[in-house]
Order: sequence, then structure tokens, then C-alpha cells
Amino acid sequence: MKNIYIIGNGISGVTAARHLRKKSEHQITLISEESEYFFSRTALMYSYMGHMQWKDLMPYPIEFWKKNRIDLLKTRVLSIDFKNQNLMTREGQNLNYDILILATGSTPNLSNWPRQNLTGVGCLYHQWDLQKLEEYSKNIQQAVITGGGLIGIEMAEMLHSRQIQTTMLVREKEYWSNVLPLEEAQMISAHIRRHGIDLKLQTQLKEIKGSDKVTAVVTDQNDEISCQWLGLTIGVRPNIDVFKNTELEIDRGILVDAMLKTNIPNVFAIGDCAQQRQAKPGRKDIEAVWYTGRIMGKTVASVICGERTEYDPGIWFNSAKFFDIEYQVYGEISSSIQENVESIFWRHPTVEKSIRINFDRTTKKVLGFNLMGIRFRQEVCERWINQKNDIQQVLQNIRLAFFDPEFFEDCSNDFIQLANQKTGMNIHLNAGWELNNVLNFLKN
Amino acid sequence: MLKLNTVQKISSHPTSKLLSFSAISIGLIGLLILIFAGFGWISSNPVLLFFSLAMMSAGVILYSVFLYKYVPAGIKNNHNMSSSISSKGILAWLTAMVLTAFYILLYWYPEYLGLHANGNFGLIGFFDPLSRFLKNQDASQWFVYGVLYTLAILIYGIKFIWKYRHSKYQIIRTISVMFFQFAFAFLLPELMLRLNLPFNDFKNMWPLNYYFFDECHIKELLQAGNIGWLMLVWGILMVVLISPVLTYLYGKRWYCSWVCGCGGLAETAGDSFRHLSDKSLGAWKIERYLVYSILVIVVLMTVGVLYSYFTGQEKFLFIQTSALRSWYGFLIGAAFSGVIGVGFYPLMGSRVWCRFGCPMAAVLGIQQKFFSRFRITTNGGQCISCGNCSTYCEMGIDVRAYAQRGQDIVRASCVGCGICSAVCPRGCFKIGEWECGYF
Repeated sequence: MKNIYIIGNGISGVTAARHLRKKSEHQITLISEESEYFFSRTALMYSYMGHMQWKDLMPYPIEFWKKNRIDLLKTRVLSIDFKNQNLMTREGQNLNYDILILATGSTPNLSNWPRQNLTGVGCLYHQWDLQKLEEYSKNIQQAVITGGGLIGIEMAEMLHSRQIQTTMLVREKEYWSNVLPLEEAQMISAHIRRHGIDLKLQTQLKEIKGSDKVTAVVTDQNDEISCQWLGLTIGVRPNIDVFKNTELEIDRGILVDAMLKTNIPNVFAIGDCAQQRQAKPGRKDIEAVWYTGRIMGKTVASVICGERTEYDPGIWFNSAKFFDIEYQVYGEISSSIQENVESIFWRHPTVEKSIRINFDRTTKKVLGFNLMGIRFRQEVCERWINQKNDIQQVLQNIRLAFFDPEFFEDCSNDFIQLANQKTGMNIHLNAGWELNNVLNFLKN
Repeated sequence: MLKLNTVQKISSHPTSKLLSFSAISIGLIGLLILIFAGFGWISSNPVLLFFSLAMMSAGVILYSVFLYKYVPAGIKNNHNMSSSISSKGILAWLTAMVLTAFYILLYWYPEYLGLHANGNFGLIGFFDPLSRFLKNQDASQWFVYGVLYTLAILIYGIKFIWKYRHSKYQIIRTISVMFFQFAFAFLLPELMLRLNLPFNDFKNMWPLNYYFFDECHIKELLQAGNIGWLMLVWGILMVVLISPVLTYLYGKRWYCSWVCGCGGLAETAGDSFRHLSDKSLGAWKIERYLVYSILVIVVLMTVGVLYSYFTGQEKFLFIQTSALRSWYGFLIGAAFSGVIGVGFYPLMGSRVWCRFGCPMAAVLGIQQKFFSRFRITTNGGQCISCGNCSTYCEMGIDVRAYAQRGQDIVRASCVGCGICSAVCPRGCFKIGEWECGYF
């Protein structure tokens, strides 16, 4: 029986703990400075907007941890003595570990604007960020958010729910157009504006104004916008400052091999804080998303329990919701036009819905799916991409992927018509989307 | 651009607040007329009755129009956890007390509502004109209840449709419960009374309708001749054939969230309270003990009542059948389904009766769990454990526990309302059917 400490109780650390418990009798301790119990970080916004209470954000009931003999420790680890395998906590406690898993997550990027420490300037990542926003936004009228990513739009939706007039400063040509293809990015930009958010594209923050509280910002277009809250949401970076100048090898994140081992024996790193020494083809070395964190947590548990396994992130997928528009992506979808990739893009004539399927121009193999306002079944898309299915085969069977609720509009005919027009193919739709057909497809 | 600005202005503009305020006022005036009539300060008057009902309806409908029309379609759960009515605040407690008091008067002291053999007065008297118009009889407390219940499903159904106007599943489902309540539970039975036929709700079914096999009910049907026989045969067919087949095909939702009146009220007027259901494992345990015990009791009671009917013996085994029957009616039929079931909406959520008490739901649940094609499949990888699905499950199912493991959901209590699928920000759920290999 080994003594395993996991620093960080986010999705990576918790998944590692759960799977270690499933597979072994090791002593497991989860350490977190932020909160005693695991909560869904991605749901912070729903707490602020009043969709859920704080307790609803916790995926496991309190009894769960005791029942599964996972010890919880709420403290900050100040330093690690890797030689003697020792952790020193804020309270001065020395904890001896046999195995250490670093799952310290991310921390918000700040670009060192003068006066970024004024009251009323904040991020959205930690539980305390939410508390700060909650307290501070009670009596404010205007807010500015800088950054055009997922956290930025979440914060915009949050502030908007409290009738706070919100301006978003986005560096790119359209909202998130460094990730989304242009058409989809334009759709989301329009949707943001439809909700009454003042979206300023190709605009950046130049100056923060105020003496003790923020009173206004100046953009690089020299617009002055008065505000009582400034949200800094320009992305996140691995939370690894505590490891600087130690034996632990770091770059932008903690460097790990395919088995998630760091350069120090018995020390692993997973989740947002980990950086792959050798990223899989087509993948980034740091992927700060919920799903990869979860997969890494599961992998590290297997590795520690002696299985010969490697981290395999599988087919890339992600999802989000931009105000009312749901977004799902499976496989490779690039924001820029690529020479060897052909794209079939269909947009609903009246509603904010779209389907994009990318395939290889020469081999005709399907590469990726990008959905706005339409749900696709993950297993089906993954299988098509994994099996390197031909675009024609995929289009014929496109209904197998439909995951929208019953009675929702069936756009497959319109979509296929457009695909035929665009590619010169003559495709006829196969099969319905009855669950039976889907299950049969997945079984074979 | 002009259009965008208009949208922006109305959603946060004082005009919208003013409009909502006037809508609420109109509804409250309608309610006040009703309350005044209840205290006997207004005498029976068809015009006033019409205005009262119309103003209450207009109030709710206009309010929901102003609430939802000027904002883009989508999930509207903002401030549910802080607004007084939906988060067990003062308004919630007041509403619960008024509703509970109304149910107690309705079931046990209808004379305080104005029921009188030689001419009604008060609230019930106020409804006499409508009752006479429909069936040439004075109103009873059940007529008043039926009108208000149906009206609630209709007007809050419209509100629900506005709220979920982006989801065709929710729209069609809600039109269905509104239709079945209005046509089958209200209009048809009242018209049958007018034609001197037995009161019968064709969509209601034993064991929810526990009095179906009562001696007096069977006698009433048999005395009504052919049509009575038809009702009797239909009632039995519903239990033994129609319901099992539909539940096999579509799950218990075909009844619980598409047809049933109790479900209808929960889904419409009770929508603002769906998140109050208890999701703990302890509550699930109580649910199983309670609902199946009540099923056993209702079966015993019915067998006993039928035994007494055919043999004339008061005692079945060691049970006094008529005593059991009246205790069931008092405790389960009235106190549980009415007082707790609806009266406690704002405190315990809208499906307390359906989840912990309804023997019909218990039967359908067993079928759904073991003999049905129904299941919710998940896009397991996409789950971010946010908890919206569990929070908004009116049946208190911890949906997230399944979703985050990528498991299909097949739970006896699931009524297939589809709200988990609607509120999920990542598109993780699909309600559907597949061949389970039994037939």
C-alpha cells in the first residue's frame, strides 16, 4: 500500500483519485487550497446566474469521499522536497508521499497592465473569483470584458443576467475566430450582439483608469468606456509558479512523457498543468480542457497501478454554449482555410444553426464535424473519423449522428442538397435516426 | 442594426418592467374578485365570473409574453435560486399556505367554500352560472376545483410554451397535456353529466383512479346501460392492454408527462418549482419504499373491495374492506395527492405525489424499468458535470451521476419530460427508444 498525494481537486485530480480507488487499496489524499469538495468549475457561471446553488455544483455527495476512502485536505502546498519525497503545507505540516500527482490546473493570464490590481478588476477561474464578482457586481451598471474566448463570453452572459450593460473587447476579426471557422464565428458575434452585448471586434484594452476602483478603460481605438467592473479573460496558463527553480523540469507547463511521468521518479503531472514532451500529431502539447483532464486522470491511475498504458486523448472533441447556441466539435476543424481540406458548410436560412463537415480533398476521408445549434452523437462521429470513412458514406448515413431531441427539425435533406451541389456528388440519405439503427451501427 | 437596438432596449428597459407590473395587476384583480366572492362580498354574477377568470388568464399570459417575447429563445433559468417564489422565500411559503388551506377546505370543509344543499353561496355559488351553463346543475366543490385546475394548466401551459419555445418536444408535449386536461378531464365529463351519463374521465386509470372498482362506481356504470359498459370495459382495457403497450413503446412518459392531469399541473403551473425536488440517495430510498408500499395497499384494497362486492362479505382475509377504502381515500387520495402533492409545490417541488405516492406511476415505472424500449442515451464524453440536469430533474433523479459516466439512464421514476436534455449546455441527452428484445 502506497501513500499517494494528489495536489489539486479539479476534474483531473478527482478522476485520478476515483480510478486509483477502483483499482487499488492505496492511501489517497486530495489536496486543494480552493475548496474542500470537488465542484464543476465550468458551472461557476450557473451559480452566479441563479440557475443552481453552490451545492448543486458538486458532482459527488459529501458521503462519497468517506465511502471511497479518499481523504480531503484543504491547504496550500508551499514547497516540495522531491529528494525526500516531502510536501510542506501552509500550516507547516510535513507530508511524506510515495507517489505524488500534480494536478494544479491553470491560472488566469494577466498581461501586466498598469492598475490591473484596482478594485473592480477580476478574472473568472477560481471560486474566490466568483465570490469577488458576486460581492462587487451588486450595485454596478457597466462592465467591460477583455478577451474573446470561452471565459469571456461566460462572464458576459453572467453580467448580462444581472442587467449590467456589458462591452466585450475582442482582438480578433470575429468572436473566437482564432478557433472557429469564419462563418461560425460571425454567427456567434451576431448572436452576442442580439443579446444586447456591445461587442467591439479588433479592439484591445490599452489603459485602465481609476484611483482605487476602476472607473473606465481606454481601448486601442482611443475609445473611453466607463465601467465599474473590468473582466480580464485573456486565457489561462498552467499553474506552475511554485515549481520554478526546482528539480522539476518545466517549460510552459510541467513536462511529462506519454505515461504522464515527470523527470522526477514517482511524480506525475496531469490536466491543465501538464505539457506533453511529445504531443500526438495534430494536437497541442497543453490542452486545458475538461475532457483531456479527465482522460489523463484515468490514465495516470492505470499507470500507477502497473498497467502498461499511455495517454491517448482520442479524437479531439469539445463543446460549449454561447448564450443560447450550443457548440460541438468532433475531429479536426481549423479556423483558417487549408489547401488539402474541403469543407461542406450549411447554415439554416432563418435559425442560428449550422453544420460543417470537413474532409480530405484527395483521399475524401472525413476529418471533422463542427456543429452550431445542432447536436451530433459523439460515438458515431468518432467512429467515422477513426475508421477514416469516406465523405460519401458519412453523408449518406448522416442521420445516424443526429442527437437533437424528438420533433426537432430534420435538416438532413437541406444539408445533403447543399453537399450535392457543392461537391457534385449524388447522395441519397440512408436510414433514420432510430436508436436501433445507431446501436446497430455502433455494434458492427 | 436598428432592430438589434430595439431588442436590447426592451429587454432591460423600464417599459418592460411597467408592462410586467400591469400584467401582474390584471391577474391579481381577477384573483381578488374570486377572493371577494369567496368571502361572500360579491354575489353570484356570470359577468363578474367571466371577468375574474379572464383577468387571471390574461394576467399570467401577458406576464409571460413580456417576460420571454423580447429576449432570444433559450433556457430561462436566471435567478431561480434567488427569487422569492422559486427559492422557498416568503412568497413561496405564502403560496404554499394558501394552497394547502384551499385543499383542506376543498376536501373536508366544502361548506366554508359555500357548498349548500339549498343553494350554494360564496366561492362555489360564484361558479353556479358556469356550472348551470355546462350541465344544468349547481356547482359543486369539485366543479370549482376542476375549472381552476384546468385553467391553471391552460394558462401556465401557455407560459411554459413561451418559455421553451425553442424546443419542439416541449411545445408538443405541453399542448398534449393541455388538450387532455381540457377535453378529457374537464369538458367531456361535464358534458356527459349534462346528458345524464356517468361522470367519466376516459384517460384516468386505475390505480391512480382508485375508486374505479368501488361498489358504487361499478353500480353506477352498470346502471347506465351500454355506455356504462363501454366505460367499464375501456377502463379495464386501459389497465391491462393500452397502458402496457404504450409504456413498452414509449416509456411511462406517454402518460405521466403527456396525458396525466397531475403531471399536467406539475409540468405547467409547477414548472417554477421543479428544481426543489430532493436529489439525495436518502430521498430515493424513501421514494422506493413509499411508492411501492402504496401500490401494494391499493391492490389489496381493490381486491378487497371487489371481493366484498361479489361475495357481500365485509371482511377480506383480516381486512375490513370499507374501512381500508375510506382510510386510503383520506390519507392517500386526499391528504397526499392533494394537500401535500400540490399544496407543497413551492416547498418540495412539483412532483412529490408522482414520485413518492402515485401507485399508477409505480406500475408504469416497473414496466419502464423492465419492459420498455424507453431510455435516455448520453453523449457521455461531453458531460462537464455541471449539474443542470440533476438540478432541474423534477423527479429528483441524479441525472449527472449517469451522464458523467456515459451511462444510459433507465430509471423507474423518469417521466420523460425532457428537461434534462433541454437544460444541458453540452447536448448530452437524447430521449429515445430501442428494441429491447422482449417482443
